[in-house]
Amino acid sequence: MLALRQRPDQRLDLSPLVPHLLAGKAAAEIERIELQTTKHRVTVGDAFRLRIGDADRLRIEGACDRLDRIGQDMDGGEIRVEGDVGIQAGRGMRGGRLAIEGGAGAWAASGMRGGHVEISGTAGERLGGPLPGETAGMRGGVVVVRGKAGDRAGDRLRRGTIIIEGNAGAHAGSRMIAGTLILCRNCGPMPGYLMSRGTIVLAGDCEELSPTFVDCGTHGLIAMRLMAQFAGQYSKRAASLVSGRLRRLAGDMAVLGKGELFMKNRD
Amino acid sequence: MPRLIANGVRVDDTFAEAFGMRATAIVITADSARWARQAAETMTGFATSVIGCGCEAAIDHELAAGATPDGRPGVRVLLFAVSTAELQKQLQTRVAQCVLTSPGSACYAGLAGEETLKLGNALRYFGDGWQVAKRLGEKRYWRLPVMDGEFVCEATTGLTKNAVGGGNLILMGQETRRTLAAAEAAAKAIRAVPDAIAPFPGGIARSGSKVGSKYKKVPASTNDAYCPTLRGAVESALDPDIAAVLEIVIDGLTPAAVAAAMRAAIAAVVRLGPKRGVARIGAGNYGGKLGPHHFHLKDLLP
Repeated sequence: MLALRQRPDQRLDLSPLVPHLLAGKAAAEIERIELQTTKHRVTVGDAFRLRIGDADRLRIEGACDRLDRIGQDMDGGEIRVEGDVGIQAGRGMRGGRLAIEGGAGAWAASGMRGGHVEISGTAGERLGGPLPGETAGMRGGVVVVRGKAGDRAGDRLRRGTIIIEGNAGAHAGSRMIAGTLILCRNCGPMPGYLMSRGTIVLAGDCEELSPTFVDCGTHGLIAMRLMAQFAGQYSKRAASLVSGRLRRLAGDMAVLGKGELFMKNRD
Repeated sequence: MPRLIANGVRVDDTFAEAFGMRATAIVITADSARWARQAAETMTGFATSVIGCGCEAAIDHELAAGATPDGRPGVRVLLFAVSTAELQKQLQTRVAQCVLTSPGSACYAGLAGEETLKLGNALRYFGDGWQVAKRLGEKRYWRLPVMDGEFVCEATTGLTKNAVGGGNLILMGQETRRTLAAAEAAAKAIRAVPDAIAPFPGGIARSGSKVGSKYKKVPASTNDAYCPTLRGAVESALDPDIAAVLEIVIDGLTPAAVAAAMRAAIAAVVRLGPKRGVARIGAGNYGGKLGPHHFHLKDLLP
């Protein structure tokens, strides 16, 4: 268990603090791990009060939005965070569970490959999205945001499932390659902008749909039943949204056009 | 041959000799039980024997709506073949021609395994570029646009190399109707045993065969030792009171499944007794030198 002593003067990089890297380390060794992102040295012992427990289950208390890369490349075990987190939480994660009881900054679950991220509060922009220069974003796993999400959630999503129970920002699912994005409330303009494949499900109102999505009628598809069953393990709201007959729009026809947008039939 | 008696039915102290096979299972669902069954029956037609049909296949059991991946009524189908390559070919051909084409159908893996066979992965090209893959957790499905919506097909299904084919019982009766009644009871009992099928028509083979023939190009021919009309002319295995013989052939995903099916079948036949069923139960083998699996009837008595 790590309890933040006070809000740090600089952003801290918490990527060394994951179960598989902490396993077998004694308290003194952990306290010497460096976390600084500037030339001013900050160790775990400087920033946190440490109590040794099960290395597979890490708890961070009193966290704030200056703690970056929590759970980066995690491959198992669990990290629970009480409070907010900074950018790139769960970046490149391969397995295990990251539970953030507050909000997360930009690029949460960026390039994630497996495991489960749960954000109780709001997620910043580019949830699951690639960093500059990367060709694809999230590649697997499940992300659930109980609150709102910023713009470009699921940007370049390659595989995996993202569920956003609150409102989503603009261009959700932009440039999606595949995977599933379920938006349980309203969303900003142009969801699925330039998506080539993948599935976006819209529950509520969308400010503006892209004109390059074409109506394919209303259907009750078997694949959506499977999706509802799967989503139901993480969000009852998502499962309920995905069940039943939905209007299917194919797009983005401005690019490959093999993606789909589902919405409740309003006719 | 030494004999045992159970409820007045003579049981030969012999064994069925069975062989290793490759096998797989799939689950077919549809909007109704009737259509799931239709797809399965079409797919498993002409699949009585690997000798001439490429595979042996039949419905293992029906599944209630709550027990299938998509919550619709379904059936589980087993397929057996002598090689992995042939099994793959039979699986994808039959699913493509008989399940994909059936109204409202969907197809899922029916067996987990480290080794797999292509299912949707082989059929996806029918989508002509419009097919879509959807991965949900550890499972991957293909969605093919078809005229009634989409055909959903799981990407792969499991393969087992520990399956057994050729478990058998030979039912010998004093009269054809009662012999058939006993065989029907045996087939019904086998249908209740999971992971085992009896692939002949209704589970029953009336033309049990032997290996070889007087004709060079014929691999199997009538088992004349069990043909009642030849009793006086050949070295017959039949007692003077036997007038009709039917065979039950059993394939199972494991030796234990075959044994369980044989046990259930014997119990059903013994329960009928000679007055309503058959007078004698035997089994076919090749002296124990060909097949690695031996099922001794005395170990399977009720």
